[in-house]
Amino acid sequence: MPDLHPWELPRRYDVVVVGGGPAGMAAAVGAREGGAERVLMVDREHEAGGILQQCIHHGFGLHHFKEELTGPGYAQRYLEQVLEHEIDVLTDAYVLDVDEARSVSVLSGRYGRVSVDAGAVVLAMGARERTREAIRIPGTRPSGVMTAGFAQKLVNMAGYLPGKRVAILGSGDIGLIMARRLVLEGAEVVGVFELMPHANGLTRNVVQCLHDFDIPLHLSTTVVRIHGGDRVERVTVAPVDEALRPRLDQAWDVECDTLLVSIGLIPDNELARTLGVRLDPVTTGPVVSSTMETTRDGIFACGNTVHIHDLVDWVSQESHLAGEGAGAYAVGRRSGHDNVSLVPGTNVRTCVPHTITTEREHTVYLRVTKSITPCTLRLGDVYERPLRYVVPGEMVTVKVRPRFLESFHGGALRVDVVPREETEA
Amino acid sequence: MSETSHYLCVNCPLGCRLEVDADGRDVVEVRGNACKRGVEFARQEHADPRRMVTTTVAIRGAPLPRLPVATAKALPKDRVVDLCRALHQLRLEAPVAIGDVVMADALGTGVDVVATRSLGRA
Repeated sequence: MPDLHPWELPRRYDVVVVGGGPAGMAAAVGAREGGAERVLMVDREHEAGGILQQCIHHGFGLHHFKEELTGPGYAQRYLEQVLEHEIDVLTDAYVLDVDEARSVSVLSGRYGRVSVDAGAVVLAMGARERTREAIRIPGTRPSGVMTAGFAQKLVNMAGYLPGKRVAILGSGDIGLIMARRLVLEGAEVVGVFELMPHANGLTRNVVQCLHDFDIPLHLSTTVVRIHGGDRVERVTVAPVDEALRPRLDQAWDVECDTLLVSIGLIPDNELARTLGVRLDPVTTGPVVSSTMETTRDGIFACGNTVHIHDLVDWVSQESHLAGEGAGAYAVGRRSGHDNVSLVPGTNVRTCVPHTITTEREHTVYLRVTKSITPCTLRLGDVYERPLRYVVPGEMVTVKVRPRFLESFHGGALRVDVVPREETEA
Repeated sequence: MSETSHYLCVNCPLGCRLEVDADGRDVVEVRGNACKRGVEFARQEHADPRRMVTTTVAIRGAPLPRLPVATAKALPKDRVVDLCRALHQLRLEAPVAIGDVVMADALGTGVDVVATRSLGRA
């Protein structure tokens, strides 16, 4: 990975991008295309690319590059674009703080502690995995309990097998993919346990990661205790009732030396919080405008730090837009203010961006609360579109065109996803 | 004489439960599919199930000890584990470029295994 090697880090950039994962790379490219001349992308790892580097499986790029790539393949393609756009990449560096005047405080292995003034900042820190502590699994605290993503990094990048007999809590895609990875690398996966009555990951992953290897998937079941001294020896699992309470009278023990937890991601928003940008209580990421600007002038945000995506392609698309916005802001070309706010209505959990304008076309990303097949998506009473299905695990993307809003004169537009039968005509 | 087998369609999150009547490898009827992609999936999955395989291979002299690799085409499903065992025996030397063939005609299947990233010298 080419790195930045001047004797001294420039103290002034048009745009500083915090994070060099898929969001940061797309934002940096977008910033250049939005008019910024000097763009710096900062990443804490030794090379940019973020989580893509450890996601060695396929499934990336079908929308963005129109071909199916692996995570490292997608990262490499994007990094080539970053370099073609003459973006400075500073790795092994951590952004400690961004203040209101957009002075970015960086701790760098190469330059020590330095401050960089930015015309605009893009927050692209991604997300963190929820841990055992987040759901308070009782028991001892032996080694061998880790998140699925951390295990993925150990196996795929460091070349370590974290255990020989592995239990997995949570059926999100990372958990399912790790079940297959561990089997292919020679470990035994004794079972995947899922609290909900349905698998959380894609059907493709249930079939190709579990069924193909005869790994049992226990639905409506959770881990209620971890046992072991220095190392995990076994976990107690129990079925749950309809209120998701464990039925301890029906619990059983599963022998294992490792427990992976794959129980969701939370936006990494510590910087956003110190900056005092307004956060959405549901996504837990920043509230953003149609150009992905937060409630602080010149501070933009994108990718999983705003809301959790299920496809990297949408992260790239959204982040490119954030970068363009930041680039334009830095060179003094601001687009008009948004005049419509989007309000999550029936069966809509989240809506990003939070505001749009009637002047331009927008891509709006929704997440629903429950599955409905078939259904209708409605924007206020001005637009509706039939959808074959919606499921909570799959983000819905909607193109909102100015002509949809020609007859709309309000300030708040409600977004609903309702069963098809409820729709007239 | 046709026999019935069951598959879960992987084309979309609906995950249709497919019921397939087949005479040996020849699919006679598919039920339970919400769209025509289910029929195509059932035919392929019943007659010749294949999988793309991604794993890692040991590499020396690079900044990382493992190189991610993938089959260039889908491999018969029952050869997946054998392929990973064979790849475990490989020891590569940096540098490797994305797309380089690390194992040609793996297990005589006609499928190449290629590097999915570049790794230079440390």
